Amino acid sequence: MTDDGLRAAVAAGVLASEDSHRALLQATVEVARGIFYAKASSVLLYDELTDELVFEAVAGEGSDSLIGERLPSSTGIGGWVLVTRQPIVLDDVSQDPRFAEDAAKKTGFVPKGLMCVPLIHGEEPLGVLYVLDRPQQSRFSLEEMELLGLFGNQAAIGLDLLRKARRAKAVLEDADTDSALLARVAENLEELDGQRRAAGVELLRSLEALFKSP
Amino acid sequence: MAEPAPERPLPAWSLPAGTAESLALPTEWPGRVTREWAWGGSTGKGVRVCILDSGVEADHPDVGELAGAVAVEVGEGDEISVVEDVEGDLCGHGTACAGIVRSIAKDCELFSVRVLGAGFTGSGTALLGGLRWAVEQGFDVINMSLSTTKSQFAGLLHEVADLAYFRRAVLVASAHNMPVESYPWRFSSVISVGSHEEPDAQTFYYNPSPPVEFFARGVDVEIAWLGGARARSTGNSFATPHMSGICALILGKHPELTPFQLKSALYLTANNVEGRDD
Repeated sequence: MTDDGLRAAVAAGVLASEDSHRALLQATVEVARGIFYAKASSVLLYDELTDELVFEAVAGEGSDSLIGERLPSSTGIGGWVLVTRQPIVLDDVSQDPRFAEDAAKKTGFVPKGLMCVPLIHGEEPLGVLYVLDRPQQSRFSLEEMELLGLFGNQAAIGLDLLRKARRAKAVLEDADTDSALLARVAENLEELDGQRRAAGVELLRSLEALFKSP
Repeated sequence: MAEPAPERPLPAWSLPAGTAESLALPTEWPGRVTREWAWGGSTGKGVRVCILDSGVEADHPDVGELAGAVAVEVGEGDEISVVEDVEGDLCGHGTACAGIVRSIAKDCELFSVRVLGAGFTGSGTALLGGLRWAVEQGFDVINMSLSTTKSQFAGLLHEVADLAYFRRAVLVASAHNMPVESYPWRFSSVISVGSHEEPDAQTFYYNPSPPVEFFARGVDVEIAWLGGARARSTGNSFATPHMSGICALILGKHPELTPFQLKSALYLTANNVEGRDD
């Protein structure tokens, strides 16, 4: 294995757990909801394997039912935003009978208005962020649109890290390889503390010395 | 009687002495270009406008009759096929754009070219293929409220945008209001559009600090939506069809204008330019 491969294996072992990934996503939608005083917010990630958008985190309405739900990647408002990379703000959208029926079926909640922004990192759209039902009395302004874009950009950076971490962990956990073994050792060491950690480090140092001896 | 001079067999890449008369312009430009000169009395009649988007709901009262609707499909090996669109609008956005163009240029011919619907994978190929097809069909105005961030398409899109420019197809493209690189709006051969917050559909501004060149109405716009409904919306993607509609008005009155001349007319009639003495 190359030095880079070894480093990646160790890094993967000490990466944040799935719980931490979920917490990052959840914090993202909670902040989005808070910034815009909205009823709900959600993040959908693009699943390359199935070519779909998947609800990964939801704050507010729908938070108990939407996780794991899937949407097409190029139809509907989310699909349009993903494909065209253009953010969109819609009010009074509940007049659209198809939209209302779809929303009601999934959540029992039909938003009157929504904002949807693509989450783009580099060249790749990673998914979309929805913000539903901000207060209707406030007329939407271009400043808010820019804020939405800036927030989307920040959220996308977080999602990119998360996606890379997931990929690295998936590769290492699935494979019965030296790198997977090294990743597990690093992960286990990370979880130890106190005397057990000190003993673990001592053991690894002895191993290192052994490997270096002729 | 003298024989008429034979046509020069050489490509027109230079202007030999004594042939300047061959460049006489079909349009007399006034000393001061006004909106009255540019599109006064025009309804966009005779102008073919293509909505490259999610499809268009054909019977929507705000859209009226469609002159045609096709869908771009991507097959194996990224092979493009263009078929009659029987599904209509898969999102609502294309219908909204068509309705905005119709509200400004009520007698233009509207065509829908749907480049969405077959999944995210292949969507860049569909966009490129749909645009190329639209240029080949000779549409006068092509409304593109969409973009791609994939650099692999940038060069190809650039070629098609230049081809459109030389074939007198005007590409009107949404600028991005997010800090990302995307195409084709950044190309100088297209008319790129961002939003202003004013409520008038024919108010637009020239931006002396490109890449985005014009700002049109894009905030709190009443739009046509699916199911014969209406909604209100905000985004550069709705500012774009406002500029497409104005382009259709100008071309309805001055069909011989090239994209360069059209952009010049837009500049001279922009709200921050027309009527200024300084």
